[in-house]
Amino acid sequence: MGLLSYDFMQRALIAAALIGVIAPLIGIFLVQRRLALLGDGMGHVALTGVGLAFLTGLAPVPTALVVAALGALLLELVRARSRTAGDLALALIFYGGIAGGVLLTSLASGKSSTALNQYLFGSLSTVATEDVLWLVGAGALVIVILAIFGREMFAMTLDPDVAHVQGIRTTQLGILLTVLAAVTVVIGMRTVGLLLVSAIMIVPVAAAQQFTGSFRSTAVVAVIVGLTCSVLGLTTSFTLDVPPGPTIVLLALGAFLVAALAAYPVRRRRRRHPHSSGRSLSPGGHSHD
Amino acid sequence: MTVALTCQRVCVDIEAACILSNVDLTIHEGEFVAILGSNGSGKTTLMRAILGLLPVTSGTVDLFGFPLKRFRAWHKLAYVPQRLHSAGAVPVSVHEVVGAGLISPRHRLPQRGDRQRVTTALEQVGLAERRRDRFDELSGGQQRRAMIASALAKNADLYVLDEPTAGVDAESQIRIAETFSRLRTAGRTVILITHELGPFADLATRIVVLGSPRGETSTVLYDGPPPAPDHLVERVWHHSEDVVMRGDEGSFLDPGAK
Repeated sequence: MGLLSYDFMQRALIAAALIGVIAPLIGIFLVQRRLALLGDGMGHVALTGVGLAFLTGLAPVPTALVVAALGALLLELVRARSRTAGDLALALIFYGGIAGGVLLTSLASGKSSTALNQYLFGSLSTVATEDVLWLVGAGALVIVILAIFGREMFAMTLDPDVAHVQGIRTTQLGILLTVLAAVTVVIGMRTVGLLLVSAIMIVPVAAAQQFTGSFRSTAVVAVIVGLTCSVLGLTTSFTLDVPPGPTIVLLALGAFLVAALAAYPVRRRRRRHPHSSGRSLSPGGHSHD
Repeated sequence: MTVALTCQRVCVDIEAACILSNVDLTIHEGEFVAILGSNGSGKTTLMRAILGLLPVTSGTVDLFGFPLKRFRAWHKLAYVPQRLHSAGAVPVSVHEVVGAGLISPRHRLPQRGDRQRVTTALEQVGLAERRRDRFDELSGGQQRRAMIASALAKNADLYVLDEPTAGVDAESQIRIAETFSRLRTAGRTVILITHELGPFADLATRIVVLGSPRGETSTVLYDGPPPAPDHLVERVWHHSEDVVMRGDEGSFLDPGAK
C-alpha cells in the first residue's frame, strides 16, 4: 500500500486506530448513563484549549487535554450542586467553550480559519510526531483506568443507588467518567475533529446494540465497528482528498443503518412477544423457569 | 441479639419540605420487618435515608453499630430497587445484572467463584435458564427476581427491598416470597418497604406503619407484631387508592392532607 509510505499517514493511522478503539469504550458508558451528548459538549470545551494554544504558542494537544479535563471537572461540580441547574450549566459551559475557542483563535496572529477547521473536522497531515506520543500516552491512561474501574463504572451506570449500597463511590466515578470522555475527545481531535468526535463514541455503540444481548458483547462489537470505520474512513479520505472526520462518521452511520435494518425483523419479533418465557405461565403452558 | 439498624429521632427534609420527623426504629438481626405506608407517607424517604442515599436533617442512622458516615461494611447490606435506573439503554444480560451485585471497591476485578455465585442465585429465583437473555426482555416479575438474585449473590446480612411485589405476576410473587422465607429461616434480616403485605403477610415478624395522623409530617404510627391495627391498615389501603385516583386526575398533591 502506497499510503503507508507517507510518514504523516502512518501517524494519522495510529491516531485513528487509537480513537477507534477508545471512543466506543467510553461511549458505551455514556449511552448507559443517558449522557450520549456529553462528548459533544466536551469537544466544544476542548476547542477553547486549541484556541488558547494558538494564542500562547503552546502545544495544542496537551493544552486541549488540560482545558477539557478542567471543563469536565467544572461541569461535574455544577451538576453535583443541583440537578436542574446542572442542565443549564451544561449548556452554558458548552457555548462558552466554542465561543472561547473561536475568539481566541481569531486573536492569535497568523492562525486562519483553516487551522481551526483542521481541529473541527480532523486533518490527515497535521498529526505531528510529538502529538502521537501524547495521544498514545493519553490512550494508554484511559485504558488502564478502564481496566481498573470499568466494572465499578458498569455497576454505577446500571443503577447508581444500588452501586452506592455496594460501597461504590458513584459521585467520584461519575467525575472520572466525564474526565475520561474529555480526554477521549482530545485523542480524537486530530483525526475525527472536535465537532464530530462524539459520533465515534456513540454511533458504533448504537450500531452494535442493534443485535447484541449483553454489555460485554456490545462493547466488543462497538470497538470492532469503531476501529474499522476509523481506519477505513482515514484511508478513504486520503484517496478522495476530503477531511477524515466526516468520512469516518458517515461510515459509522452507514454501519448503524445496516445493523438497524438487519436487526429489524428480530426486534419486531421481540416487540410482538416481549416476554417469551413469561407467556409459558399462561394456563396450560409449561413453565420452564 | 446484634442490632442491624438504629434510627434515632430521624428527620428528613427534601427541598425545605419536612417529609419525616422523629422516626425511632431499632431492628435486630434476624428480624423480618415490613414498613407499611400509603403513597406520600415517607416510607421511600426513610428507606433512602437508611441506605445513605438521602441526607438526614437531624437525628442519627446507625448500620451494624456504625453511623452511616463511617459505615464501610457495605457487603453486609443488599438493596433491591423497584427497577434498575438504566436497564435497556445498552443491552445487558441477566447474568451481567446479577453479577453487578458482586462488584465493589473490594472486588474490582472478577474473582474465582463469581460465576458460581451468580448461577446459584439465579437458580434460587428460578431464572437459571434465562441468564443469557437480555434483562429488558424479561417480564416485570422476572426482572424483579433477577434483581433479587443480584442481592442474593452478594450473600448479605441485611436486605432492603422496595415494593418487591408491586406490579409482579402471581407466580413471581410466590417465588419471591419463597426466596425470602428461606432467608428468614437462615437468620438474615429483611426490611420490606411496601404499601401492602400481599404474599409477605405470613413472613413479617414485625410491622411498622408510617403515616401522618392529622395531615402533619409523617412519623411512626405503629411498631409491633403483626397484624397492624385495622384502622391504620385501612387507612393505608384507602389512601393508596385515593392517591391513584387523584393521580389520574392530574393532581398529586400531599396525599396525607385531608
